[in-house]
Amino acid sequence: MALYTEKVMDHFRNPRNVGVIENADGVGEVGNAKCGDIMKIYLKIEGDVIADVKFETFGCGSAIASSSMATELIKGKPLSEALALTNKAVAEALDGLPAHKMHCSVLAEEAIKNAIIDYYRKHDLPVSEELLNYECAHGGEEE
Amino acid sequence: MQVYADNAATAKIRPSALETYVRTARAYFGNPSSLHETGQAAKEVLEESRARIARVINAQPREIVFTSGGSEADNQAILSAAKFGAKKGKKKIVSTAIEHHAVLHVLEQLKKEGYEIVLLPAGNDGIVSVADAEKAIDENTCLVSVMLANNEIGTLQPAAEIGAICKARGVLFHTDAVQAVGHIPVDVKALNCDYLALSAHKFGGPRGIGALYARADAPLFPLVEGGAQERGKRAGTENLPAIAGMATALCEAEAGMAEAAKKVTALREKLIEGLLKIPHCALNGDRNQRLAGNVSFCFEGIEGEGLLLYLSDKGIDASSGSACTSGSLDPSHVLLAIGRVHDVAHGSLRLTLDENNTEEEVDYLIESVAEVVEKIRAFSPVWRDLQAGKRQFIL
Repeated sequence: MALYTEKVMDHFRNPRNVGVIENADGVGEVGNAKCGDIMKIYLKIEGDVIADVKFETFGCGSAIASSSMATELIKGKPLSEALALTNKAVAEALDGLPAHKMHCSVLAEEAIKNAIIDYYRKHDLPVSEELLNYECAHGGEEE
Repeated sequence: MQVYADNAATAKIRPSALETYVRTARAYFGNPSSLHETGQAAKEVLEESRARIARVINAQPREIVFTSGGSEADNQAILSAAKFGAKKGKKKIVSTAIEHHAVLHVLEQLKKEGYEIVLLPAGNDGIVSVADAEKAIDENTCLVSVMLANNEIGTLQPAAEIGAICKARGVLFHTDAVQAVGHIPVDVKALNCDYLALSAHKFGGPRGIGALYARADAPLFPLVEGGAQERGKRAGTENLPAIAGMATALCEAEAGMAEAAKKVTALREKLIEGLLKIPHCALNGDRNQRLAGNVSFCFEGIEGEGLLLYLSDKGIDASSGSACTSGSLDPSHVLLAIGRVHDVAHGSLRLTLDENNTEEEVDYLIESVAEVVEKIRAFSPVWRDLQAGKRQFIL
């Protein structure tokens, strides 16, 4: 179908890093079933680096591709880089998303940030004010 | 294997209709409004086509107005009745929550213009109640519009009974019969309707052509001005090849209707039986009171767009009422109206068959849908929660 780029279709057909990490160091879940999109990101963190990442997504083709691409972009990277990942970068890495599907890349960015916040909290690490503000602005979508 | 299972969106054009289309475009290229022989020859084809279409639905030729399709016909019927009603101080319109957007969006517009719009609910079986319709009609009602068969879930509506009530109460009655014409017997007298919309590409005719039946003395105003074509009710040079092709398709569909319905119903039942074996799913709409070719399902824990894309990779053309396929945040208004909650309505699939489909294709559909649903559920956090008991199964 021509709705999506080849990159999106590749990540949709062969999603990378699908699954669950048992006893993950951080878990982030955004969206809700009512709206038709839920993204869940699991992180395994060693030192300051994302040693492993997995995702589960309930959503359309671009939601699945966005989660897959986002996990690829942060795997093996320091937390600071993962925190700096924007939805735009996810969409660009997919060679673009249709305008009405851009919110899928936003969900991917939010899920990663939430997973990192979860990691900080679980490990009694300080959460920066910037990140807290982000959580207030974007969190609370779950039912 | 390639399987076309989206016949309710557009049916494959019948070879006979295509042949008529091409022959008409080539041999009858004249403008039916021209006085010379070339024009008059085209005019003859136009009127012959009109007569053939009228005969199939038990109308008079002059009661048929050719339009660009079902949407235009719905628009013209509703707007005509509304305008006429307003002149008499009647500005209430009764319709249903499961109508096509070609009806609902017009009604939304009329609401903004001060009309009172009452949308009747549908039951969980996808069928509107005659009693509800009867109660909703009052002295201010100028029009009742109830579809004959639903486009998403295929349920057949009691249009004839509601039409009879309208007739007795002196209220205009319109029925959107786009999904029904060419598939079930349609008789405008038996339906007691003042208006009826039909569309050629739903029964193997060309796309971009349809017709509005308007009873001889029903109010009718043009949407397109600029000429005397269609008795002044629809200006613009007639799309003659498409009109002739539509007439051929309709006559052929009518002649083969009983046989096709029998064959397609058997395919549908086989498909429904096969899909019901998938855990946590449900058929949408009444099992029996539905079009022969319509199979609509909801699968819990998945979203419909991914399902469509994976099926497309397997060579299957289908459709869904999920939000993602329509570009809005809400899933199908029809699925919501029949009581499917959002979470479940997002996971809908519509497979619509016709007589070109085969048993082998149905086997392939069953196998492929089961496989793809399982694949999507495997990485769905909703499915995981359902299985872990953190979320309650609805289906």
